[in-house]
Amino acid sequence: MRRLLAVMVALLAVHTALLFVRPSQATPAFEGEGLDVGVVFDVGGRGDKSFNDGAFLGAERAIRELGARVRYIEPGEGTDREAGLRLLAAEGMDLVIGVGFIFSDDLAQLSREYPDVRFAGIDYAPPVDAAGNMIPPPANLAALRFREEQGSFLVGALAALVGDSKKLGFIGGMDFPLIHKFEAGFRAGVQAVCADCQVIAQYAGVTPEAFRNPGRGQELALSQYQSGVNVIFHASGSTGLGVFEAARRRGKLAIGVDSDQQAEAPGFILTSMVKRVDEAVFSAVQSVRDGTFQGGIFQLGLAEQGVDYVYDDHNRALIPDSVRARVEALRAEIVAGRITVPFTR
Amino acid sequence: MSTSPESGRERPATGATGSRVTSHEPRLLVATGVRKAFGSVEANRNASLEVARGEIHALVGENGAGKSTLMRILAGLHAPDDGRVELDGRDVTGWSTRQAIDAGVGMVHQHFMLVPTLTVAENLVLGREPRRGARLDRAAARAEVETLGTRTGLVVAPDRLVSDLSVGEAQRVEVLKVLWRGARLLILDEPTAVLSPPEVKDLWGVLRRLTAEGSTVVLITHKLDEVMEISDTVTVMRAGETVGRIATRDASPAAIARMMVGREVRLATDRPEAGGSGPQDEPSHDSRAMSRAALDVKALVVASGRGDDAVRGVSFAIPPGEVFGIAGVEGNGQSELVEAIAGLRRVSSGTIHLGARDITSLGMRERGDAGLSHIPEDRHRRGLVLDYAIADNLILGRQHHFTRRGVLDRGAIAANAATQVAGFDIRPPDPRLPAAALSGGNQQKVVIAREMGREFPVLLACQPTRGVDVGAIEFIHARIRAAAAAGRAVLLVSADLVEVLALADRVAVMYDGRFVTVLPRAQASAAVLGPYMTGLAGRGATTP
Amino acid sequence: MSRSVPGSFAVAWLAPLIALLIAAVVGDILILSFGQSPGDVYRLLLEGTWGNAYGLGQVLYKATTLTFTGLAVALGLRAGLFNIGAEGQLAAGGFAAALAGLAVPATTPAFLAVPLCVVAAAMGGGIVGAVPGALKARFGASEVIVTIMLNFVVLALLNWLVAARLHVGESLHTPPINAGAVPRLADLAPAFHGSAANTTIVLAILTAAAVGWYLFRTRAGYDLRATGLQPDAAEYGGIRVGAVRFRALTLAGALAGLGGVNYVLGYKHYYEEGFASGSGFLGIAVALVGRNHPAGVPIAALLFATISQGGLAVNAIVPKQMVEVLTAVVIIAVAVTVPEVQRLAAAGRRVA
Repeated sequence: MRRLLAVMVALLAVHTALLFVRPSQATPAFEGEGLDVGVVFDVGGRGDKSFNDGAFLGAERAIRELGARVRYIEPGEGTDREAGLRLLAAEGMDLVIGVGFIFSDDLAQLSREYPDVRFAGIDYAPPVDAAGNMIPPPANLAALRFREEQGSFLVGALAALVGDSKKLGFIGGMDFPLIHKFEAGFRAGVQAVCADCQVIAQYAGVTPEAFRNPGRGQELALSQYQSGVNVIFHASGSTGLGVFEAARRRGKLAIGVDSDQQAEAPGFILTSMVKRVDEAVFSAVQSVRDGTFQGGIFQLGLAEQGVDYVYDDHNRALIPDSVRARVEALRAEIVAGRITVPFTR
Repeated sequence: MSTSPESGRERPATGATGSRVTSHEPRLLVATGVRKAFGSVEANRNASLEVARGEIHALVGENGAGKSTLMRILAGLHAPDDGRVELDGRDVTGWSTRQAIDAGVGMVHQHFMLVPTLTVAENLVLGREPRRGARLDRAAARAEVETLGTRTGLVVAPDRLVSDLSVGEAQRVEVLKVLWRGARLLILDEPTAVLSPPEVKDLWGVLRRLTAEGSTVVLITHKLDEVMEISDTVTVMRAGETVGRIATRDASPAAIARMMVGREVRLATDRPEAGGSGPQDEPSHDSRAMSRAALDVKALVVASGRGDDAVRGVSFAIPPGEVFGIAGVEGNGQSELVEAIAGLRRVSSGTIHLGARDITSLGMRERGDAGLSHIPEDRHRRGLVLDYAIADNLILGRQHHFTRRGVLDRGAIAANAATQVAGFDIRPPDPRLPAAALSGGNQQKVVIAREMGREFPVLLACQPTRGVDVGAIEFIHARIRAAAAAGRAVLLVSADLVEVLALADRVAVMYDGRFVTVLPRAQASAAVLGPYMTGLAGRGATTP
Repeated sequence: MSRSVPGSFAVAWLAPLIALLIAAVVGDILILSFGQSPGDVYRLLLEGTWGNAYGLGQVLYKATTLTFTGLAVALGLRAGLFNIGAEGQLAAGGFAAALAGLAVPATTPAFLAVPLCVVAAAMGGGIVGAVPGALKARFGASEVIVTIMLNFVVLALLNWLVAARLHVGESLHTPPINAGAVPRLADLAPAFHGSAANTTIVLAILTAAAVGWYLFRTRAGYDLRATGLQPDAAEYGGIRVGAVRFRALTLAGALAGLGGVNYVLGYKHYYEEGFASGSGFLGIAVALVGRNHPAGVPIAALLFATISQGGLAVNAIVPKQMVEVLTAVVIIAVAVTVPEVQRLAAAGRRVA
């Protein structure tokens, strides 16, 4: 018994001593005036090389260029989403950003509780009340939504023009409205340049797991390539890695999504339909600094540079100048409002 | 086990009983002041041993006295925490098994360490195979077995598979294996536990021959008759300590037992003869059988679970007041027979009646309520929930009698525990202690108290004194006798022939799932029963 | 209770204390390796949890779910069964509660709606627990494998039901329940404002007490513990081992299912995909640290809830992974220390 007590006292002494160790580079507490921004990622979101990392890039740029001070929170479980937002809101941050549609309910709730804090929600989906009616966001909440259908329209046209086939492929992750926007835009883009072309659209599943299933992605892509498809556009998270693998094996082309994915299968990625989450986050911070922040729903499309497709040194060789010109013409039509891209199937 | 129940006992001074040996033989092995603890359990605390060259040295003690631990230290399987071991005057404390084997110390374990799918010869040379090129030289291995066999008398056919051998033969292979590795000092851990009387005789012959050739034998046992018969010197251990060392010729079983336990004991063999109230003065067997049997088993067949039948048509009836003993080498269907009667094992065919009631298809609980008590053969596995308090163990199987609307009646459980702990002298007398904290003997007393401390017309007593110290054996035997005298029918199954002969009014020998003979005790003796136990006699005998 | 060796009381408390100190020291070293001051991090951690009513509320909320899953694992272990299915049982319980809440009309009075939803949660989890229970009792199938596999099946099925049939708008959750919501603690004590803590915590405490009573005061509990400790002895004691195992896993599933009440009735009022992911598995750690005892489980649940919520509070200066490592260190420290300390204490008693 005495030995046990001795062990306990020794441990306690070590612990107490360590408590007072203060490494030189330790982060000092937040203090003083400045632009304080909080970002809450989704559970397990950080490091996804897409959406959450896009938000991170935008915030880092805001630190560099706008002198913002940013606090990041990575929740450990579902309940922590609200807790993370609340933690930041309670500290009186100037702007609190929730990354992902799953934050919608929590953001709607908190923006009402903290009217002096500004909030922004990436892919914010307006919650519905018990009767099923949409609840518009309050004035201190900016809902940053993307017109994925517009970017998808352009890559659809591009795919049809370089695909050398009447069949085009689409592989979605989870079969639900957010992804239907990609499919609808892609179809419309294909039809715009090739009226008799056909789009084969398939989904990896009906649960969120469908975004994390490369095996299924490869399976679907191989069968599409087999049936004569030469280009596949995926909107399926890491399931798309399987699509790329299939493209590499069959020597066909694939189109990436959200961020520039050409590095995943160099030479086999025709382009990527990028969602400029970094841009959206950066502009949100900028608007707060400039005092121009406004609540409401913002649809970020081609005109706002919220979505785009990649055209650079990596894929210039795959896209003839004539094709490029045709696609850019379509972009102008959309920006000018002469073409309305559908967002539902 | 850490809480020692020895407190109530008197401990004689070391060596106070019997004369000290003053051997002139040179000491082959000397161990002094050995201490070895496993976790909180001190298996050896002041163990010592002196073995003279060329003798058969018996190491005796109750279960848990530390005999096996000491031997495992000698064989290099454990390193002692303290103390010194010398072989031929050389300090070998804490050596490895390899060093022990090289120095000629070999141990035959209680549990065989043979590969059943290999032949005798292959097992013998395993690990040190004679080779011809890269291949095992089978002829050489076979020759080794035969040479060694003729020299020592340990004859086993070298080409038989170990899985086909009887227990006695397997043990011979173990001994051969140790000898083949050049052992000059043989340690045998309870070698006779699994042997029938003729096999024991053979083993003694082999050991005598080996010592005549200059080998030395250390024999671990707790059977006093074996000590008297075979050994030259006896070392007695109690509670991890060596308490005495005497020459066998100067010792008596009673004296050794006293040293083992630390007080006077009455041995099972000291059966009260021609007393006023002994069971043998009851009406004779024939007339008793006329009265209604308390337990009546007819043509019972029980599957072994291995594809054949373990019990192949056994019938018997036990009248009230009789102890019916079943002898036999273990593994001949006794366990399955008892389990089937108790309700732990399904009956393939046949019937079991308790009095007039057919209990063949009743559950455990119903059989208990019908008046069947059962002391199971393995108290650690079946008889007790070791982590349960004594009080809770004392209601196991009868918990429904200590329940009111689904809730345990703590008051009744405590009252029951107080009565039983006092009535059966369970020590320490604290019913809140877990059963695991008790000595083997006191654990068995808990089982006995539960099964016998209530109304029961029939008792199944299976190995009731296995692994129990001499003092508790005496207590348990007295209880069984008293139960029979009070008109209870007792079915006694024991691997210990002495126990069966001491308690039973009739003795059946079970071999290969059948009763090969049933004799009144007056006609039964080790000499008569031995051939039946090995299957040499009574094949095909029908049960009465 | 089960092993009342005199003096073990001190050991029972000393061992976890030493384990926690070891974990704290390991945590110090981890924090230093991230270039931060342990003093700052621990201060922030405590301020963000027990330092204010909101943080405390969050801790209580998380501890409530963990108490249920911890009890679910502990009850299984008492019966000698390793229930790794609390994750799926919890989700099924939450889903069932939401379905019940959706099925009743909005005008249903709380005294009817709440018990109905609670019973639905217990049944939802209980059914998921009964499957491995039945397979174990009838065929001797390993409950470890069956419960693990059933997690995948249940979660996939529920996700599909929500995603394909029940979700509203672009979300992954069901519509809000019509009736059956229970009050938040903030409704009773405004200081808790904003925290998810709700009156389900009362249910958790009552459930823990009921499990204790069941295990140690009833014959069914006697049979269950005997089965867990020594199935052969239980069989000898007239206990129908298969039936006890079935009952134990079904009850364990029901306990985990009740955890769904905390989220669905107490917090969000709808079922959302992955609402408590990880709480089922963390229940294993809670049971281990709580020594499978109904009194220890809520305390262990508070501990892990504190680490979880505190991790969020210090997330700004140390990465989330540090908290995950710290959780693992606590588990390992307890698993290693408790038997070791008992050994030392026992040795000490002998010498004394």
